[in-house]
Amino acid sequence: MFPKPIQKSSPWAQQLYRVALPLALLVWLLPLIAVALTSVRSQGDIVAGNYWGWPTSFNMLENYTGIFQQTPIGNYIFNSFRVTIPTVIGAVTLSCMAGYALAVYRFKGNLALFFLFVAGNFIPFQILMVPVRDFTVSLGIYNTISGLALFHIAFQTGFCTLFMRNFIKAMPFELIEAARVEGVSELRIFWFVVLPLMKPAIAALSVLIFTFIWNDYFWAMVLTQGADTQPITAGLNSLNGQWVSAWHLVSAGSIVAALPPVLMFFLMQRHFIAGLTLGAVK
Amino acid sequence: MRDFWRSNQQRIAPWLFLLPGVLMFLIYVIIPIFQSINISFYAWDGLGEKDYVGVANYVELMDDEAFYTSLKNNIIWLVLYMLAIPAGLFVALFLNQNVRGIRIYKSLFFFPFVISQVVVGLVFAWFYDPSNGLLNIVLGWFGVDAIAVLADEELVTYGIIAAGLWPQTAYCMILYLTGLNAVDGEQIEAARLDNAKGVKLLWYVILPQLRPATFIAVVVTVIGALRSFDLISIMTDGGPWGSSRVLAFYMYEQAFSEYGFRMGYGAAIAVVLFAIMMLYIAAFLYKMYRDERGR
Repeated sequence: MFPKPIQKSSPWAQQLYRVALPLALLVWLLPLIAVALTSVRSQGDIVAGNYWGWPTSFNMLENYTGIFQQTPIGNYIFNSFRVTIPTVIGAVTLSCMAGYALAVYRFKGNLALFFLFVAGNFIPFQILMVPVRDFTVSLGIYNTISGLALFHIAFQTGFCTLFMRNFIKAMPFELIEAARVEGVSELRIFWFVVLPLMKPAIAALSVLIFTFIWNDYFWAMVLTQGADTQPITAGLNSLNGQWVSAWHLVSAGSIVAALPPVLMFFLMQRHFIAGLTLGAVK
Repeated sequence: MRDFWRSNQQRIAPWLFLLPGVLMFLIYVIIPIFQSINISFYAWDGLGEKDYVGVANYVELMDDEAFYTSLKNNIIWLVLYMLAIPAGLFVALFLNQNVRGIRIYKSLFFFPFVISQVVVGLVFAWFYDPSNGLLNIVLGWFGVDAIAVLADEELVTYGIIAAGLWPQTAYCMILYLTGLNAVDGEQIEAARLDNAKGVKLLWYVILPQLRPATFIAVVVTVIGALRSFDLISIMTDGGPWGSSRVLAFYMYEQAFSEYGFRMGYGAAIAVVLFAIMMLYIAAFLYKMYRDERGR
């Protein structure tokens, strides 16, 4: 293990580490802690510039219910779910199939197709922006949830296919060969042999994509307008414009927006990190 | 029909599995790249007729002050964003211990990456707030006058990059923590017997074993730097006076915002950004190709 386990160091160093750890965390998360604290302050505190002293009153309930009553933040959150969930299902489904095809079969153009998915995944969004918006308008689904979700499904399929293909490639190929010898059809092999073994990969990808899409801001700005369709990221941007220096409301809104992916991360931590660090270990 | 399927299914099946994914990817990702390149040769407001103007958009770019500002900022982003890699390694080394509750510490350190960049931007905009922001309060303790980071043409880009480094460092940290987990213990013990320790041990024994993690960290950091858009849009909207623009942001601004719907000009900016990114993509694919053949 590197660095040397702290237990083998002098007691003095161990004490130091014990103190440094929470202190470092405090500094690291300070901006967030400040936001959380501000979100429970009263209007009076904000006006008086009391940002860092003890709050004169705790207005947690008031601020948080306030943003839901006075602004369409509830709509924005709902829209985020309506975009994110279909995208997760769509992208994972498409990439299970595509990844399986690229991992299991040898055919001409296999590697080229795979590289196409990989490369597409890295390109700057801006090169897609004008044509994708144009295409979405021409389908008549500009400023709709499905217009946004369809694009996300297509784009995320690139990353997901890379992930799935490498995952299946690492599985024992003998399983598939044995099934073929038994005369099992290719579709049934996929459904009954490979898919059950892909559960961890499906879980990892689902949480990752959920977070990516929930946090997407650029495409929300490009493909949607207004509180009926915009997800929370774009919504927060327009609310920020309305709440000039009402920092307690901005803070409460930020916390609400951050909550779903944070919960997702803590509930599915192992899968999340497994997905994110794919390839970090040989 | 059935017989045909039975005897040919191994040749047909992959294409059936690939069809929906490939189709979607072609329509929404691959074809639009070429469409954008094409549009960059037209003057177009997004609604009316397209006027073919040849390379006029690119010629205009060469004389566009804002384009150079954006390009310069992109380079600053690329260079400074790389700091996330050593910083992430440093945090990972700090946290790679077996003490009580360390798992919770690791997750909490990772926190900034999970939340949206929009939230990160708001958090930092407020952190920099000249009258009540934490930064200026702390500076005040040392007798330094308040600095309006986001209103200062010189400082603004650095201020936004600092905000971006926060989640990016967390990302690199998690990559290195995973890498450190897999480091070969026997090699370390052997090196320790040879009296290697500290920085030397890190440099000659640990880092070579962390190469896969470093590679991914570089890839995601480069992409993150070139994709920088959210933070700029949230924190400054490109300002003050366009001094915090990057290519990704400038393109969006040109193509649709109150500055007019100059789709062709925007597309030309996107093509330049794409060309820069393509260098990295090509290098990445080349490495992948070598790995694939090595298997």
